Amino acid sequence: MSSFWSAWIIVLTLGTLIGLIWLLRWNMSNYTDVPEGEEMDHDFDGIVEINNPLPTWWTYLFWVCLAWAFVYLALYPGLGNFKGLLGWSSSNQQVRSLEESQQAVQAAREDGDIVQYDREIRRAQEEFGPIFQAFAQQPIKDLIKDEQALKIGQRLYLQNCAQCHGSNAMGGKGFPNLTDDDWLYGGSPEDIKVSLLEGRRGNMPSWNEQFNEQQISELATYVLSLSGRKVDTEMAKAGEQNFAVCAACHGQDGKGNQSLGAPNLTDNIWLYGGSQAAVEETLREGRFGVMPAWKDILGEDKIHIISAYVYSLSNESEEE
Amino acid sequence: MSKKLKHEFVEKHVGWLSILMIIAIAIGGLVEITPLLYQKQTNEPVVGLQPYSALELEGRDIYIREGCNNCHSQMIRPFRHETERYGHYSLAGEHVWEHPFLWGSKRTGPDLARVGQRYSDEWHYVHLMNPRDVVPESNMPAYPWLDENTLDGELTAKKMQVFRSFGVPYTDEDIAGAKEAVQGKTEMEALIAYLQSLGTALQRAE
Repeated sequence: MSSFWSAWIIVLTLGTLIGLIWLLRWNMSNYTDVPEGEEMDHDFDGIVEINNPLPTWWTYLFWVCLAWAFVYLALYPGLGNFKGLLGWSSSNQQVRSLEESQQAVQAAREDGDIVQYDREIRRAQEEFGPIFQAFAQQPIKDLIKDEQALKIGQRLYLQNCAQCHGSNAMGGKGFPNLTDDDWLYGGSPEDIKVSLLEGRRGNMPSWNEQFNEQQISELATYVLSLSGRKVDTEMAKAGEQNFAVCAACHGQDGKGNQSLGAPNLTDNIWLYGGSQAAVEETLREGRFGVMPAWKDILGEDKIHIISAYVYSLSNESEEE
Repeated sequence: MSKKLKHEFVEKHVGWLSILMIIAIAIGGLVEITPLLYQKQTNEPVVGLQPYSALELEGRDIYIREGCNNCHSQMIRPFRHETERYGHYSLAGEHVWEHPFLWGSKRTGPDLARVGQRYSDEWHYVHLMNPRDVVPESNMPAYPWLDENTLDGELTAKKMQVFRSFGVPYTDEDIAGAKEAVQGKTEMEALIAYLQSLGTALQRAE
C-alpha cells in the first residue's frame, strides 16, 4: 500500500476515534442552560422532557469500547501499513501464483508472523500427515486389508469421485462402473493410480464420413455379435468386412487394448449403452470420455488411498 | 449561537440530520473501500490470468441470466475446511477483470470458484440436462433449454468492447472474431466453456 493511502486510513481511523472521545466527553457535561434534573420546557400532553445525564453504565461501556479499539489497532492490522504488534493476518493475500503462495508461507514462518490459515494447515499436517504418509508407503494390495484406509478412501471417493461414478461406484452412461472388474485402462493397482493421477482421454473417432448409414448399421450388428448377442447373421457378416479399421484399436478379436483405452467389445459391458441404436450412435458420433487429472487437486498420498478403495471394489482382500 | 441552539438545530432539521449522518457513515466506506480501488493487490491480475474467450463470456452471461450465482458462490475462503474441498483460497488478482464479480454470498450448491477442469465437459452436459442423472441426491434444477437455444453472437463483440473499456485486455482480433466464435453454438456449450475456465489461472501459471 502506498504511504498516501496508509496515511489516509490512519488519519481517518484515529480521527474518528478522537472525534468519538470528544463527542462522549461533550455529552457528559451539561451544555444546556437547564440545571440537571430540571424540566427542559418541552411539554406534550403532560409528558415532559427532563435534563438527565447519560446513564453511567452506558458511558462506561462506551469508554471500554474506545479503549478496546486502541488495543485492537495496536495488536492487529488495521492502521494502513502497520502490521500490528502480533504480526497476525488471516492469509497471505499478496500472492499472485501458487508458487508465490508457497514462498509466502515460508517467508511468513521465517519472519515469525502469525498467518491464521497457514497455522491451521500446519496443525492439520502435523496431525494427519503421518497417517497419510504411513498409508502411502504401503502397497495398494496390502492397503485393501486395512479397514481404516478403506474408510478414508471411501470418504475421499464420495467427496470427489461420486459425482461421476456414483456413490455406489456403479457409474452410468459415459461414466465407467468401477465395481465390475472390467477396465478400460487396466485394473492393476498401478494402472488405477495412473488413471487418477494423470487422468485419461478417451478417443473413439467418428466414422460418419468413412461409412454410410448401411455400413454403420452392419458394423454395429457385427460388434454386438462379438459378445454373443443374437443378431442378423447376414448383416454381421457384411459388417465384419469393415471391422479391420476398428481392429487397429480394439484388436482383431475385438478384445480391446488397455494401453489405448480401447474397450473390450466381447464382454457385453457397454459404457454408452449396448443397444443397436446406441452402438450405431457411438460409431457415428465417436466418443471422447474424459477422466480429469487429480494430481494437483488431491495430491499423491490421498490418491494412493483412493486407488486402494477403488481397487478394493472389485478385488476382495484375501483373508489369511 | 448558543450550544443549546446547535443541538436543537440538528434535532429539528431532518435534512441537516440526514446530511450529517451520511457523512458519519461515509467515513467507514472511505477507510475500507476507497483505498482498495487503488491497490496493486486488488488491481493486478494473477500470473497467467486470461480474459474470458468470446464463448466463455457468453457463458458467463447465461450463468448470470439463469441465476446460478444465487446458489453457487465463487469465493473460496482461507479456511482448511474450504481449501480441502475446493482448492487454494481465492485471490483478489483472479477477479480483477470481472464486472461485476460473481462471488455470491449463499451456498445452496457447492462453490464453483475452481470447478474448471474438475469434471469432463460430458459430465457438465449430463448434469445440466438433469442433475439427478449423475447426482441422485441433487436438488439443483435442470436446464434442458440451454441445449436448444443457439447464440447468434450479435452482441458479443459489443460486450467485449465494453469490457475493454473497463480495462480487460481484449485485442482487436478478439473482438473482430467474437461473432464467428460464438455463432451457432448452443447456450449449453457456452456455459460449459465458462465453467471449465473457472479458477484455472492458478494452475496454468505453474
